[in-house]
Amino acid sequence: MSAGVGVNLEDLWIRFGDFVAVREANVHINGGDFFSFLGPSGCGKTTILRAVSGFLEPSQGNVLIGGNNMKGIGPNKRPTALIFQNLALFPLMKVWENITFSMEIKGASTKQRRKRADELLDMIALTGQGEKLPAELSGGQKQRVAIARALCAEPDVLLLDEPLSALDLKLRQHMRSELREIQKRVGITFIYITHDQGEALTMSDNIAVMRDGVIDQIGDGKSIYNDPNTAFAASFVGENNVFRGTVKQVIGNEVMIRTNRSGDLMARISTANQGKLKQGDEAMLFIRPEAFALAPAGTQGDHFVTAQVTKEEFEGSAFNIFMEGEGGKEIKVALPNVGQSFESHMGEAMTLEYQVKNAVALPAGVLATE
Amino acid sequence: MKNFSLMRIGIWVYLALFFSYLLGPLVIMSVTAFNSPGFPRAAPWECLTFEWFSALFQDERILNGIKNSILVGAGTVTLSVAMGLAGALMLTQIWPKLRATYYTIIIAPILIPGVVIGISTLVFWDRVNRLFGLEADSFLSNGLFLTVIGQSTFIASYCMLVLVARLQRYDNGLTEAALDLGATHAQAFRKVLLPFMRPAIASAAVLAFLASFENYNTTTFTFGEYPTLTIELAQKVRYGITPAISALAFIIVVLTVFAALANEAGIRRKELVAAARKSATVEELESGKLRLPGFLSSNAAAVILVVVAMMTIAVVGTAAVYSPQQCIADVREQKRLETDLKVQELLQRRAEQAARRDAEQAEQSGQEPTTEDTTPKASNNSGFGNVFDPGALQDDGTDDPEEEPATPGNNSGFGNVFDPNALQSD
Ligand SMILES: Nc1ncnc2c1ncn2[C@@H]1O[C@H](COP(=O)(O)OP(=O)(O)O)[C@@H](O)[C@H]1O
Ligand SMILES: [Mg+2]
Repeated sequence: MSAGVGVNLEDLWIRFGDFVAVREANVHINGGDFFSFLGPSGCGKTTILRAVSGFLEPSQGNVLIGGNNMKGIGPNKRPTALIFQNLALFPLMKVWENITFSMEIKGASTKQRRKRADELLDMIALTGQGEKLPAELSGGQKQRVAIARALCAEPDVLLLDEPLSALDLKLRQHMRSELREIQKRVGITFIYITHDQGEALTMSDNIAVMRDGVIDQIGDGKSIYNDPNTAFAASFVGENNVFRGTVKQVIGNEVMIRTNRSGDLMARISTANQGKLKQGDEAMLFIRPEAFALAPAGTQGDHFVTAQVTKEEFEGSAFNIFMEGEGGKEIKVALPNVGQSFESHMGEAMTLEYQVKNAVALPAGVLATE
Repeated sequence: MKNFSLMRIGIWVYLALFFSYLLGPLVIMSVTAFNSPGFPRAAPWECLTFEWFSALFQDERILNGIKNSILVGAGTVTLSVAMGLAGALMLTQIWPKLRATYYTIIIAPILIPGVVIGISTLVFWDRVNRLFGLEADSFLSNGLFLTVIGQSTFIASYCMLVLVARLQRYDNGLTEAALDLGATHAQAFRKVLLPFMRPAIASAAVLAFLASFENYNTTTFTFGEYPTLTIELAQKVRYGITPAISALAFIIVVLTVFAALANEAGIRRKELVAAARKSATVEELESGKLRLPGFLSSNAAAVILVVVAMMTIAVVGTAAVYSPQQCIADVREQKRLETDLKVQELLQRRAEQAARRDAEQAEQSGQEPTTEDTTPKASNNSGFGNVFDPGALQDDGTDDPEEEPATPGNNSGFGNVFDPNALQSD
């Protein structure tokens, strides 16, 4: 969709005193995209959003919205609307007054406001609840009122700061699809902030993965999941088995890694790091649980791992098998449920196989949960 | 367990003592407003009268004092609340490291004695006045202006404390949300922050008004041509007080009780409405047909308020038709009778004494000079200006204050209205 208004961050730095909250961010967000910033708490996501909405002046660099530099333009003059992490609904105004606050500012009549409020209330499935006060609504309803209030301002870019984090799981999943649908319907650019990688993957057209103020990777869900740029991105997005080691040999875009505990294993070098890994470099090898398959016992080679079954977890569509490799190395394997069971194999050694294209080799780095 | 119940009794006794200490003077003062003696006293009870209220409303100086107090109060409320709000907002915006210092500075006026504030206000504005080369009766040396300025100096600090307490609970995100939705800073302030602060602003205004109304220390230096009520009262008390001041106190107490009850009833009502709204269905809210609880239902404060209001109306109604003349006449009459009785007694005693003296004298006629000495002693009695002379007593109708505590010593000051003879001649 090219109708929407794009957003560009150019060499953006944001400092609080000596502390650097955002470091050299360069992001291009297409008009009409559902774009997510994904990262753990405290990595600077809110800070970026506040710079886009105009509450924060960047220490350096530019924010461009629709190609216009926003330097010196206040939040009330920017074509953005922000949905706050705590929603910030006006507690003393009724729902309909909350929703049409932006119209009141522009001097619209009560009649016009009522009409628009009714339309938006219909859209968020809160028909007839306009007379209530925010305190009289449930969490999910408040959420939707906040969205309606932001949409009522007819922004070109909607900014959402972890809008679902306060909701329970069920509602969160429901709201995910609802948000996505609203975005499709109104066709404006959404910039979405979350620390929940599942949320980012399911909803977004594109994702920026952040760590400590640095953007590690930008791309669509698939490329981030399958082809991470950094060890952090690989471990933060989805689950991954990590094998540490050193580069033994580089063969084109593939690499042989001497792992510390699991022998020599082959892997593909992630796209962004091709040509950067050299022999003797410390490296990390990532294999997703679902990339493993069972192999005939005793098979040996550079894409086989042997381990003992320690625990089985049934998830319905799949089994999660926890195994212990050589030297106590923990490996998680997800196998589709095709009627088998591993209960009887508890404690047995098994051989696991993976395809080299599904194993990603990256320079050693910080992991997401260490 | 015995200890425990003992302790409970102790607590109740303490509470009773505490409240009688707190409220006793007010109750007694209120009672004196309705008792007829010319000096405020609750006991002995003489006659129910409302004359002190009419006396109060006929007292030009008190009325003028009330008017000035209200003018000063209005000015002080406006200025103090505005300055307090500005100070409170500043406190939340200011650089955290400076905050403690700023807080101390802005609280300081509360700690400075009112007298000092009064004098310094006077001196400072006098200088300013001269700096501008203005006359002595210019606006800047006007009593109202100076009093408002002087009082606001410290009352603004009180207001700030009240407002800061509320402001600390304000989510700054609300202002940001308003800005984000296109509001200017002024609009965000007016439409979001101000409504949030409204209850605290009302509290601060009431506090400021009361503080201004009762202020004496500062005002006494600044009032100029505009004595406020406290100033007038203080000046009056110097020349002796009448129950008219009790009547004023009573009115103030009643107004306070009214305000407190109305406030309480309002809060309770709000709670009830909120509860009703919470349990209402969408249709009820939509149609506006939501049945809200009646004003009086489960609202003790509202019920008491209405009862007190009706009692007030009843009392005022009674006052309009009630005349204490008969009672006062009765009391007068009774007093006259008592006085007569006493006079009789006294006369009798005198007569006895005289008879005895005569007898003694007759007995010891032509005696030694020692008896000569006692005689002048006896006649010395008349040296007290004949106050003990029964005849004199009858003449001006006053009583000896030592012998007759029931009757005020300054009765005669009331132009003989208490003179039983005057009444009888009617
Ligand atoms: N106004 C501020 N002053 C100083 N430090 C700040 C400020 N705002 C945020 N930070 C710091 O910047 C970092 C990023 O914060 P934030 O953007 O809120 O993280 P998140 O990704 O959880 O939204 C945090 O370490 C936070 O402490
Ligand atoms: Mg945040």
